[in-house]
Amino acid sequence: MLKLLLHRLLFVIPTFIGIVALTFFLIRLAPGDPILLMAGEHGVSPQRYAELRQQLGFDQPILLQFTGYLWQVLNGNLGISVVTQTPVLEEFGKLFPATLELAIIAMILAVAIALPAGVLAAVKRNTIIDHSITAVSLVGYSMPIFWWALLLILLFSVNLGWMPVAGRLNFIYDIESVTGFMLIDTVLAGDRGAFLDALRHLTLPAIVLATIPLAVITRMTRSSMLEVLKQDYIRTARAKGLSESAVIFKHALRNALIPVITVIGLQTSILMTGAILTETIFSWPGIGKWLLEAVYRRDYPVVQGGVLLIAGLVILVNTVVDMLYVVINPRLRQQ
Amino acid sequence: MRFKTQMITIALLLSSISSLQVAFASTLVYCSEGSPETFNPQLSTSGTTFDASSRQIYNRLVEFKPGTTEIVPGLALRWDVSKDGLEYTFHLRQKVSFHNTGYFTPSRHFNADDVLFSFNRQRDTSDPWYKVSGGVYKYYNDMEFNSLIRDVIKLDDYQVKVVLSRPGSPFLSNMAMDFASILSKEYADAMMKAGTPEQLDLKPVGTGPFMFVKYEKDAFIRYQAHPAYWRGREKIAKLVFAITVDPSVRSARLRTGECHVMAYPLPTDIKSMKKNPSIVVDEQPGLNTAYWAFNLQKPPFDKARVRQAMNYAINRQAILDVIYQGTGTIAYSVIPPGIWSWKGPDNTYVYNPDRAKKLLAEAGYAEGFEIDLWAMPVQRPYNPNARKMAVLMQQDLQKIGIKANIVTYEWGTYLKKSRDGEHQTILLGWTGDNGDPDNFFTPLLSCAAMETGNNRSFWCNKQFDDLISLARIEQDKAKRTKLYRLAESIFKQDAPWMTIAHSVRYQPYLKNVQGLRIDPFGGIYFTGVSLN
Repeated sequence: MLKLLLHRLLFVIPTFIGIVALTFFLIRLAPGDPILLMAGEHGVSPQRYAELRQQLGFDQPILLQFTGYLWQVLNGNLGISVVTQTPVLEEFGKLFPATLELAIIAMILAVAIALPAGVLAAVKRNTIIDHSITAVSLVGYSMPIFWWALLLILLFSVNLGWMPVAGRLNFIYDIESVTGFMLIDTVLAGDRGAFLDALRHLTLPAIVLATIPLAVITRMTRSSMLEVLKQDYIRTARAKGLSESAVIFKHALRNALIPVITVIGLQTSILMTGAILTETIFSWPGIGKWLLEAVYRRDYPVVQGGVLLIAGLVILVNTVVDMLYVVINPRLRQQ
Repeated sequence: MRFKTQMITIALLLSSISSLQVAFASTLVYCSEGSPETFNPQLSTSGTTFDASSRQIYNRLVEFKPGTTEIVPGLALRWDVSKDGLEYTFHLRQKVSFHNTGYFTPSRHFNADDVLFSFNRQRDTSDPWYKVSGGVYKYYNDMEFNSLIRDVIKLDDYQVKVVLSRPGSPFLSNMAMDFASILSKEYADAMMKAGTPEQLDLKPVGTGPFMFVKYEKDAFIRYQAHPAYWRGREKIAKLVFAITVDPSVRSARLRTGECHVMAYPLPTDIKSMKKNPSIVVDEQPGLNTAYWAFNLQKPPFDKARVRQAMNYAINRQAILDVIYQGTGTIAYSVIPPGIWSWKGPDNTYVYNPDRAKKLLAEAGYAEGFEIDLWAMPVQRPYNPNARKMAVLMQQDLQKIGIKANIVTYEWGTYLKKSRDGEHQTILLGWTGDNGDPDNFFTPLLSCAAMETGNNRSFWCNKQFDDLISLARIEQDKAKRTKLYRLAESIFKQDAPWMTIAHSVRYQPYLKNVQGLRIDPFGGIYFTGVSLN
C-alpha cells in the first residue's frame, strides 16, 4: 500500500508542473487582455496601459513571468486575484466547502439509489422493472441540467412553495461560518431551525447534481452485475445451496463493484471540481462559478491557481480510488 | 419510487417551517446580480461594486438627487466657484459620524482630512496608499481628474479648496460620482498601522445610510442601518444583498418572496411580472445610447450623403421590436432622455429606403457597394444582442444594394482594433457616468477623442467642436442647453453615426416595498425605502 502511494506521488510532481505550464500559457494564448477588458468602452491611454501592465507584471518577458510564477507556486503562493485583490488560496478556501458539501450530499444520494437500482435491474433482467430502471436512467443521463433545475424550482418552489428557490440559508438566520459546511455550522450554532432550513436549501441542488451520476452509476452497476452473474463461480455458489441474497450481495456485488468504483471516482471528481450550472442556478457560492467568471475576465492568477487546486483534487480522488481497489480486490494486495 | 415518496414526505415535513420566511419585516432582501469586486468604489468601474459600496455605505461632497441627475449638497453644505472657474471651495457639513462597526470605533466626526485622504490616494502617486489593493483608479483617470485637479487644499477643518487646471462645468457632476466617495482617514491610519491596509477596501467604514456587517463571496452581503446617519436613520433596520447570478432565478425568488427587490430582470419576464398582482415594475429609459458609427477615414464613408443614406436605410423600429423586445426606445439623439439638454423626439431620419437609394445615387453609388459591419460579441447595457442586430441591418442594407459583411472579435480585441480605426462601420454604445451632456459629446465625438480612439467615426468638425468646448466652460444651464442643441443639429446633418436606441431599465419589486426610486444611472439606493 505504502509503495503504491509513493509510486503515485512520483507521478504527481511532473503532472503538476505540466498543469502549471499548460494553464499559464493557454490562458495567455486565448484572445483578450485583462486591462482592455477592464477598460471597456472608456478605453485606456497608451501611457496608462503601459503603467498598468507594469503594475500587474505583464511587461516582463513571458518566460520570466512563467519561472517567477512557478517559483511562487513552489513556495505555496498562488498569487492575488487581479479583480478582487484577494489571495487566490483564500478565495478558494472560502468557496470550496460549499462545493464539497453539495458534492458529498449529491454523491451519497446518487450511490444510495443507484446501487440497489442497478442490482435490481440486473437481477430482474428483461422484466418491466429492468426496463423502467434503464429508461429512467437514460432520461436522467440525457436531461439538460439547466432545464431540469429550473423545472424543479418552478414546481417545488414557485408553485408548491415547499422548497426555497436558491441560496444556502434563509437570511433570518445569521450563522457564523466555522467549517464552511452549512449543515455542520448550523449544528455547531445549536440552531435546529437553521439546520432544517439548510437541509431544505440543499435538497433541490443535491437532486439536480445527483441526477447524472445516479444514471451513470445505475447503468454501470447493472451491466457489471450482469457480467458477473454469468460467471462460473456464481453458478457454483448457487449449486452450493447458498441463499439467493448471499449469492447476489456477497459473491456477485462485491466483484461487480470494481468498475463501479472507477465510475464513482470519476463522477466524484467531476462534482468536486464545481458544478457550474447547478451552482449558478441555485446561487450556490462554490468554485465552479468562481472559476468560470475568472476565465471571462481573464483573471490569470485565479484561473491558474484554481485549475491547479482542482487538478490536485482530481489526483487525490484518483489515488483514493486506487487504494479502494486494493481494499476490495485481495488479488491486487499480493501484487 | 419508494425514494420519491420518502422525498415528498420529507419535503412536506420541512415545508411546515417555511412560514418563518416572512418574519422580520424590517429586513429587506435585494436579489443582486453578482459579487462586488471590492468595497472601495475608488478601485472599480462596475455598477455591481458601486451598488454594494458607494451607494449604501458612503457619501460624496455633492450627490445626485435620488431618481434624478440633478446635483444636491452631500457632505458639502455649499460651495463657491471662483470667477475664472478654476477654484472650488467646499464648505463641509459638521457633526457627521462615521460608522461605528464592530471592527472600528471612530473617535471623531468627518472633516477636511477625510476629503484630502480620499482624493490624495487616487491623485498622488507617491502617497503611501496609492499602490494599496492594486492601485488602479480607473474612473479617476477616465474622468481626467489626474490632469484636471491641480491641488486639493485644506483651508481649515471644514473648508476644502480644489484647484483645477482648466475650467469646466461637468466637474461638479463628476464629484457626485461613486469614485469621489469619502472614506475615513482615521480608519485608514489605523489599518496602515496594523499592517493590513487592504482591509480598508474589504471592510468598509463610511458615513452613509447603511453600514457593512458581513460579506460572503457569491452568497450575500449584510448591512444594517447607520443609527447616527446625518440625514436621519433609515426605516429598514437590516439590508441583505442575496447574490443571485441567474436572472430567471432572481425573478423566481422575487415571486416566492425570498427577496423584496430584484436587479436586472430578463426582458422576456417583464410581461408576466406586470401581470402579477404582488409585483410592481417601474421603468425608465437608461442613461445609455447604442449607435452605429461610420469611419470617415474609410471611403465611401467620407461622403456625408452616404452616411445620411445609412440613416434612412435602417428600420430602427424593427430593431427595437426584435432585438430589444420592447425594452428600448428609439434614440433620436446622442444623449438619452434622462439628460437635461435632451430635445425630445426628432424626425430628421425616418426609415425610407427610397430616399436612401436616391442619396446613394447622388453620391455616385447607384450600383451600391460592399461594407464591413462590426458587431460586438457581448451583451451590453445598451445593446442586448449586437450580432442579431447586425443580421437585421444586413437585410435592410441589401434592399438598397449594399452588401454588408458582419465582422466580430473577442471583446477586448474588438475595442482595441476599432480604437485603432481598423473598422469601416461599427456597432457600439456608451453608458453615461455623471448625467452631464458633456459626458457623451466630448469623449465620443470631439476632435480630441480621435486621439484616444473613442471617436470611432474619426469625425472632427470644427464648428461642432467649438460649440461643445464653449458649452463645457459655460456655467449657465440654459445657455449650455442652447449650445448643445446647436451642436446636435450639426451632428445630425453631418451624420457620423446612426443613433439606434436607449435601453429601458426595469425595476421590479414587491408591493409592500415603499419609496423605492428607479435610478437613472442604473444603480440602486435604499435610502427612504420602507417595508409595509
